Amino acid sequence: MSKLLSQKFYEEMKKLEPRYPTKVALLLPALHEAQREYGWLPGEVMDEVAAYIGIHPAQVREVASFYTMYNLKPVGKYHLKICTNVACCLRGADELVEHCEKKFGIKCGETTPDKKFTLAEEECLGACGTAPAMMLNDDYHENLTPERLDQLLAGLR
Amino acid sequence: MAESTQMFKPHFTEEARGLAYYLGKMNGYAALKKALAMTPEAIIDEMKKSNMRGRGGAGFPTGVKWGFIPKQSPKPKYLVCNADESEPGTFKDRDIMRYTPHLLIEGMLIGGHAIGAATGYIYIRGEYVREAKLLNEAIDEAYAKGYLGKNILGTGFNFDLTVHRGAGAYICGEETALLNSLEGKRGEPRVKPPFPAQSGAFAGPTIVNNVETLAAVPMIINNGGEWFAKLGRLEKSGGTRLISVSGHVKKPGVYELDAGSVTIRELIYNVCGGILGDKKLKAVIPGGSSAPVLSADEIDVIYDIEPLMKIGSMMGSAALMVVSEDYCVVRLLKRITKFYAHESCGQCTPCREGCKWMEDILHRLEDGHGREQDLALLLDIADNINGKTLCALGDAAAGPVSSFVKKFRADFEAHIRGGKCPNA
Repeated sequence: MSKLLSQKFYEEMKKLEPRYPTKVALLLPALHEAQREYGWLPGEVMDEVAAYIGIHPAQVREVASFYTMYNLKPVGKYHLKICTNVACCLRGADELVEHCEKKFGIKCGETTPDKKFTLAEEECLGACGTAPAMMLNDDYHENLTPERLDQLLAGLR
Repeated sequence: MAESTQMFKPHFTEEARGLAYYLGKMNGYAALKKALAMTPEAIIDEMKKSNMRGRGGAGFPTGVKWGFIPKQSPKPKYLVCNADESEPGTFKDRDIMRYTPHLLIEGMLIGGHAIGAATGYIYIRGEYVREAKLLNEAIDEAYAKGYLGKNILGTGFNFDLTVHRGAGAYICGEETALLNSLEGKRGEPRVKPPFPAQSGAFAGPTIVNNVETLAAVPMIINNGGEWFAKLGRLEKSGGTRLISVSGHVKKPGVYELDAGSVTIRELIYNVCGGILGDKKLKAVIPGGSSAPVLSADEIDVIYDIEPLMKIGSMMGSAALMVVSEDYCVVRLLKRITKFYAHESCGQCTPCREGCKWMEDILHRLEDGHGREQDLALLLDIADNINGKTLCALGDAAAGPVSSFVKKFRADFEAHIRGGKCPNA
């Protein structure tokens, strides 16, 4: 079986191995690293993670499907995760979602046909003092308004 | 309202992050030196004297918790920092991790010595990508200077510290779910007993403490438990509290106040500048979204653990969410309940089925399709979840439902009778 995950993946894991008393404990870090390489977790990639750790592929899927940050289907180049939990709702998160749905012509959970943007509603991001907040890929953006969001998105094209 | 001690807040700046600042301006790693010369029992004793109560939400006395760790154990012991910060409304630990990461590292070193652990993990919520990176940079600095690793400060004490990222699950803030997640499993809470102090991470005796709890340890060791205890204005809670304020206030943010030194009214109107747009106050959620709601006439209560318990709510993670008069409370409760339905791990039937059922009812209530009997039904479902699940998520979902319906019944009834939201 040719390897889907890079040399870097295996080097990172090698570094982490002595940090844990069991190899299974590497599963979450491994899935994060695998997703960093592919943007999501294709089945064959999860199988390779299972083989590396030495567990059944079903065990990897059972864990991957439990956590919302693991993408089990492809996402766009830019993944917008807008927090719509209490504090953000009190500060206008619903308007942000509506604005994005209109702007991209998609609903939350969908990806634009050009695969550029995926829109998602997120639970509390822990940035409630600077609400409304969202994540754009790995980065936080806070104190958002539809205007500030537009400016941010304009810079991405 | 006397001035509060400021242990954390003045250092919440970008400049404070590095080791040079920590050593120069914050007396960094002096407490570690002092603690390594103390016996574990003496440290635990100091923690007990400090009246430090866990800052994650349960408010359990930290010294007592550390004392539960068996002295002799055939299995390795672990110290785990709960940096999941997933309770909606809470954002204080993020500031500690991004601005003063060495406080947390030093606190964990002292905790490790006190409980006899040579391994520590910081379980940080997956979304805090930047904070995890900053923590790792600080950990690298500490290793380079010999504060972490083998034979620390020449004392023979060893301690390794690893940042472990979660991946998006509220339930992993529950300590046994967190431990399962650390072990590479689904974040499902465990049956207790055994408690983590007997059998926790990798079946070894384990202590799980919140970020703020551990970050305060160096200051407790430097200044003494009694000093810390006296900062608290009430008998049982020591220290300062980092309070996360969000929602409809003019100045939201993290505030540091001596425990028990303000009422909620003072916090909203004096500290946070009052309600946005000078509107009237409608409701306050005082301890993260799990805390039963308070109405506007209940805010003269002192903001501390016991006073809030006495009036049927809780301080939780000290996250205060403020709601002004023009936000619909039915909509608000629906949003809160949707969250718990989404985050239920699914192990316990009352929580898995009940939360979704309550969400559905609240959905139709908000849309104006509610029925007269729905309020009684909501209370009945909440009652059948409360106290009937493995972990506190069930109670966390039930508390808001019963308190909102009880305190804002007229708003719910107006939706049923009017067939729509009266504010719409």
